[in-house]
Amino acid sequence: MRFNRLALYGLLGIAALMILAPVFIMVSTSLKPMDEIRDGSIFALPVEPSFDAWREAWSGDCSQTAGGNCGGLSSSFLTSVKIVIPALFLSVGLGAVTGYALAAWKMRGANLMFAALLVGMFIPPQVTLYPLIIMVRELGIFGSIPGLVLVHVIWGVAFTTMMFRNFFKTVPQDLLKAARIDGAGFWPLFWHVMLPLSLPILGVAMILQFTYIWNDFLLGLTFGGRSGQPMTVALNNLVGSQFGEKEYNVDMAATMLTALPTLAVYLLSGRLFVRGIAAGAVKG
Amino acid sequence: MNGVELRGVTKAYAGLTVMKDINLEIEDGAFLVLLGPSGCGKSTILNMIAGLEPVTGGSIHIAGREVTELEPDERDIAMVFQSYALYPTMSVRRNIGFGLKMRGMPKADIEKRVDEIGELLQITPLLDRKPSQLSGGQQQRVAIGRALVREPSVFLFDEPLSNLDAKLRADMRVELKRLHERLGRTIVYVTHDQIEAMTLATKVVVLDKGSIQQADTPENVYRRPANKFVASFVGAPTMNFIDGKLVQDGDGIAFDGGSGQLPLASLPTRARDLIGQPVTLGARPEHLMFDDLGANARVLLAEPTGPDQYVRLAVAGSEVTARTGPEQHFSSGTDARIMIDGARVSLFDPESGRAIL
Repeated sequence: MRFNRLALYGLLGIAALMILAPVFIMVSTSLKPMDEIRDGSIFALPVEPSFDAWREAWSGDCSQTAGGNCGGLSSSFLTSVKIVIPALFLSVGLGAVTGYALAAWKMRGANLMFAALLVGMFIPPQVTLYPLIIMVRELGIFGSIPGLVLVHVIWGVAFTTMMFRNFFKTVPQDLLKAARIDGAGFWPLFWHVMLPLSLPILGVAMILQFTYIWNDFLLGLTFGGRSGQPMTVALNNLVGSQFGEKEYNVDMAATMLTALPTLAVYLLSGRLFVRGIAAGAVKG
Repeated sequence: MNGVELRGVTKAYAGLTVMKDINLEIEDGAFLVLLGPSGCGKSTILNMIAGLEPVTGGSIHIAGREVTELEPDERDIAMVFQSYALYPTMSVRRNIGFGLKMRGMPKADIEKRVDEIGELLQITPLLDRKPSQLSGGQQQRVAIGRALVREPSVFLFDEPLSNLDAKLRADMRVELKRLHERLGRTIVYVTHDQIEAMTLATKVVVLDKGSIQQADTPENVYRRPANKFVASFVGAPTMNFIDGKLVQDGDGIAFDGGSGQLPLASLPTRARDLIGQPVTLGARPEHLMFDDLGANARVLLAEPTGPDQYVRLAVAGSEVTARTGPEQHFSSGTDARIMIDGARVSLFDPESGRAIL
């Protein structure tokens, strides 16, 4: 018994260590000045911890970075926010309404639409990259924030629609009938009955979509252009385009800055997220 | 005139006709019960009256107005569901007021009406709770309140008591009957429970396989079933059916079941016309009487239920059930003598199953 306990905690400890070790290295390296990095072990704690690297990663030092990307990650952080907020609300909102329409109303071509959604969920984005580029170019919004938002919405809406459709399918038919007799049409039924029911799923969809869009690199790189460069792309530029000695402390700080928003969203919404999943949100 | 009328209503699913030429007139203030086994089409009729399912042919009239093509909320009806179908995220107050809100009634008026309904149904203390905080019986009251608040011409009930336990079901039944007597509104009520049908209805419509078998008062449906289906569906324990023929027995008429005769006391005289032709005798358990002048029978099993006992008997080559008081004791395997009350029995045509007496 005692041995089992010990083995259990031992295993858990090892697993935690394996996951936390890189995080520890990142945090500790980001707090070290370059001399310490050069001379010491990567596992060593910083002797004189300072936030200089963080400051530089955030607001930048023009003498250190290649032309055009002056100002650290702060400006691309704002760009990311400008991309995520409309893309998040549009993809989740459209998904909720479309999923509701598919689940609660009889529509012609609903089966075809459903098949299209499945394809949309499982096809890798790389496959449709080129046609999407042409489409966005023809719309005249290639290389801009609206263009990138559109692409994110197109990619997100299949997934969010599926989530909401599957949830709304579990709503009892009698409830829909009762609402029809009470005189609730398409929008009142959605707004007063279905949407309040779907709050846990709404939460999960928001969190997942936020994560996907914030962490996206490929679409941002392809569709963002100069003005719509999200934080992930800027991070890649920052890490990959320095002259001279590699500033590991700045790279680590920049990487953590980029990952921080999604981390914060998960930590702040942890309980809601678990409840949403338990409510049957993410099936299959 | 707040009645309902179905004229030649037909229903087909994907080309398959499940209901043909349904004609039904429901008078103003009637409590009409649609009774039948599952799959008989009773809920489909209710849903067509409600407008939740379109009719394939024919027309529906509510309160003298044709509503065949109207949406459910335009038909002046309200419905109570088996599952209650309360909006889970809304308080009881908002649940009851939702229909009025959708009709654009001012907030103050809604509040007033909801409070009145709360008092009428004695649910005032529950008004600010969520449906999940209520018991089944309380939820059903709220569902009824949601229907009442709209003051429709016609109330539709879809098996509203099936999800309640036996005791509560009996209580709610009494309350529904009181409510109907007090409000005097037309009610169409679907159930498969014959006790509900017999106790509540002013008129019972018995359905089977998508067609109306009989539409009459509960008394007539029980006493004079139109055919074998109605006779066997209504009444528990079920009616005894014996195939055979009527024969002359001295001055009276007896029933010959092939291996023995049963005297039928005081059979109406017009039954004499049927002598000699094959018939199915339908006798309810209470039509069988233990009488020393009767035919020989053997007791197979006695089932005391408290107020009554049901005695399984072998008589004239068939097995039948008789209902009698609890006083007499019957042991399996003993002999008894049995007489049939000819004034109350039914006779059916063995071919068509239709009642011929």
